[in-house]
Amino acid sequence: MSIILDHISYVYGEDGPMAVKALDDVCLQIPDGQFVGIIGHTGSGKSTLVQHMNGLLKATSGHIYFNGEDIYDRDFEMKKLRSKVGLVFQYPEHQLFEIDVFSDVCFGPKNLGLDKKEAELRAFDALRKVGLPMELYYQSPFELSGGQKRRAAIAGVLAMAPEMLILDEPTAGLDPKGRDEILHQIKQLQTQTNMTILLVSHSMEDVAEYVDRIVVMNKGKVMYDDVPKKVFSHYKELEEVGLAAPQVTYILHELRERGFRVDVNATTIEEAAEAVLQALKNDGK
Amino acid sequence: MGIVKTKDLTYEYVRRDEEGNVEGFTTAVDQVSLDIRKGEFVAILGHNGSGKSTLAKHFNVILNPTEGTVWVDGMNTSEQERVWDIRQRAGMVFQNPDNQIIGQVVEEDVGFGPENMGIPTKEIWERVEESLKAVGMYEYRKHSPNKLSGGQKQRVSIAGVLAMHPKCIVLDEPTAMLDPSGRREVIRAVRGLNDVEGITVILITHYMEEIIHADRVFVMDSGKIAMEGTPREIFSQVERLKELRLDVPQVTLLAYELQKKGVRLPDGILTARELADALAEMR
Amino acid sequence: MLRDITLGQYYQTESVVHRLDPRVKLGGTLLFIISLFLFRNFLGYGVAVVFLGVVIGLSHVPFRYIVKGMRAILFLLLITVFFNLFLTPGTELVSFWKLTITVEGLRMAVNIAVRLTMLIIGSSIMTLTTTPNNLTDGMEKMMKPLKLFRVPVHEVAMIMSIALRFIPILLEETDKIMKAQIARGADFETGNIVKRARALVPLLVPLFISAFRRANDLAMAMEARCYRGGEGRTKMKPLVYQKRDRIGYLCILCYLAVGITVGRLTLF
Repeated sequence: MSIILDHISYVYGEDGPMAVKALDDVCLQIPDGQFVGIIGHTGSGKSTLVQHMNGLLKATSGHIYFNGEDIYDRDFEMKKLRSKVGLVFQYPEHQLFEIDVFSDVCFGPKNLGLDKKEAELRAFDALRKVGLPMELYYQSPFELSGGQKRRAAIAGVLAMAPEMLILDEPTAGLDPKGRDEILHQIKQLQTQTNMTILLVSHSMEDVAEYVDRIVVMNKGKVMYDDVPKKVFSHYKELEEVGLAAPQVTYILHELRERGFRVDVNATTIEEAAEAVLQALKNDGK
Repeated sequence: MGIVKTKDLTYEYVRRDEEGNVEGFTTAVDQVSLDIRKGEFVAILGHNGSGKSTLAKHFNVILNPTEGTVWVDGMNTSEQERVWDIRQRAGMVFQNPDNQIIGQVVEEDVGFGPENMGIPTKEIWERVEESLKAVGMYEYRKHSPNKLSGGQKQRVSIAGVLAMHPKCIVLDEPTAMLDPSGRREVIRAVRGLNDVEGITVILITHYMEEIIHADRVFVMDSGKIAMEGTPREIFSQVERLKELRLDVPQVTLLAYELQKKGVRLPDGILTARELADALAEMR
Repeated sequence: MLRDITLGQYYQTESVVHRLDPRVKLGGTLLFIISLFLFRNFLGYGVAVVFLGVVIGLSHVPFRYIVKGMRAILFLLLITVFFNLFLTPGTELVSFWKLTITVEGLRMAVNIAVRLTMLIIGSSIMTLTTTPNNLTDGMEKMMKPLKLFRVPVHEVAMIMSIALRFIPILLEETDKIMKAQIARGADFETGNIVKRARALVPLLVPLFISAFRRANDLAMAMEARCYRGGEGRTKMKPLVYQKRDRIGYLCILCYLAVGITVGRLTLF
């Protein structure tokens, strides 16, 4: 299961006077099982990009290949693509509508034409995967807390049993603990099921410890596409486009400037602590 | 007495089941007493559901206490006839930038408060101009709010409150729905008001980076004030904050990790520079 | 799709028509529409076309933009013309297959087409050159006498202006929820009418919930900013008649006088 974006461009309001190029010649390849972070500030094109991956938006030019098949071919089944590529929108709890959580999660699998039993099995499985306590399954989704609603909504997409899961800012509006819990759960999902995951975010700090690869979007273009360490080494350029590397990067560079012989490539607190300790030891010699 | 003061403030609401029968009471704010001085920059922290927003809504008489008393600029909020005075003294900015802008043009929205207060037309224009300038949105005065970014919308909302000439601004998670650059814009504007105009600021948030510049921080948990102190005092208690579902800035966390590994650093380091200074001193 | 309807959406530019007091435009539009129904001959329409042309010219709104807005209701116009053309009894003019066109039908159809087109262009000139806020202000002031009959004039105007502010936001929200449900396999496009209506539930429930939440937030924000109804409220942009507004009224009266004199002559 892989997705290849081949020179994708997308223009909003094409024939109007206010045409905006939201995506500009984007080439990307997402292989199986990878955990990718897509980073960019508001209006960088990151949300537009992911809506192409399950065919919600159609590129103005370029091709998208899903497992080698061109999704813009006339006989390509868009519905199949949407079941294989699950997309969780920003504030997904705003799409909840059923009388209880469980029926809401069943909505997706039922749309796929599964029978009741199969749909319910999938719903159970999905709710378990997002770690929602069992006693909430038959409550109204509107009575849950913010974090629980979000989990229920993510389960609604997971229940379609996608091979690839795209999450658009899944932590927006959650408190720090809630944010960590959701990210942790997603990471767990990825390691357990080897699902391909795309995490859209505007915070490098949040995704740094989880992802294998970071794609930085700016003005509709791919600015960087590399492993986190390599991307963060461009922290000055990132700053110029309104993004920032994780705070640890700045701390380590500050230390380096002060004459510490410290390795500046750490992306997490643990790594940074190690690097600083090492530097202190080196100093001692 | 400070600009905002509460004594034993308690707020309870009734929970009902689907048929409307009373299931029980939830105490959202529990015996809170605090006193905020004029010109202070106070941050109220807490995880979602800790009661911080419920508390804030009392400062603007959107809610009335079940028990206890709230005074705003010396006025008791339970005195019905003073409600409008209180609301003018303590302005409020809310979380969702779309749901608090009434006007269809930026300047008209900013003029909404003064219009309600019955200010003469000429003075409304003066107030709108100075408020928009204070938050750096003057050049957008003729724009439609729908075309602005989240950070810009929130700054318009702040200007809207500012035009009412309040003594105190309460901001209820103004940055929760914004991206990092929007968050910086808003915080910068808020700090400006506090520094330059001397307006008392009460900032409710769960982003730790935003409270570094506060004079005083209250941390709430299950409706009570769990911690109180300067940002440095608060941040030096990493474990306690984690228990309260909060985190600390990465610098503070790194310093804390280093301390655990035997590096003798001072508590509550807040910036990269402080950490570098402390480490340099050890050499 | 919904956003393609440009009919009468405010067109931002500088012109004397834009600067006119909304009351002049409201009154003028009303009188213009009434005049269209008073004409007995095509000369009257000629006067109306000239008048409309001058106003469009003064408004600096490109004619093409106005015509583009008309496209949305072209269908409605065609149906009306069709029915009038073929279903009016009278002296037969031409007949083919099962359809008959009569002299009366032709006259009626042309009449209707001209009147409707001008009515729509005339009223969209008003909305194209007046911000919704300005328009509600104008209405509020014009309807003020109704307050004596306990009509909540201020409240109605406030409701209208808030509705206008939230329409684009709710449209965007609709689009977003629709996409989110499509991503969950929902199908809004196929099936019979019952199936399609049922498919709307996952769209409408979240939309209503969101609208209520927004209304609640907005009410709170308005109260926090000391809103307590129209009583004791001052205006940031009060409506005061200027010289150009008096000239505007004068022009409209001139048009009416000329139009009606010419338009009511019985020529044939």
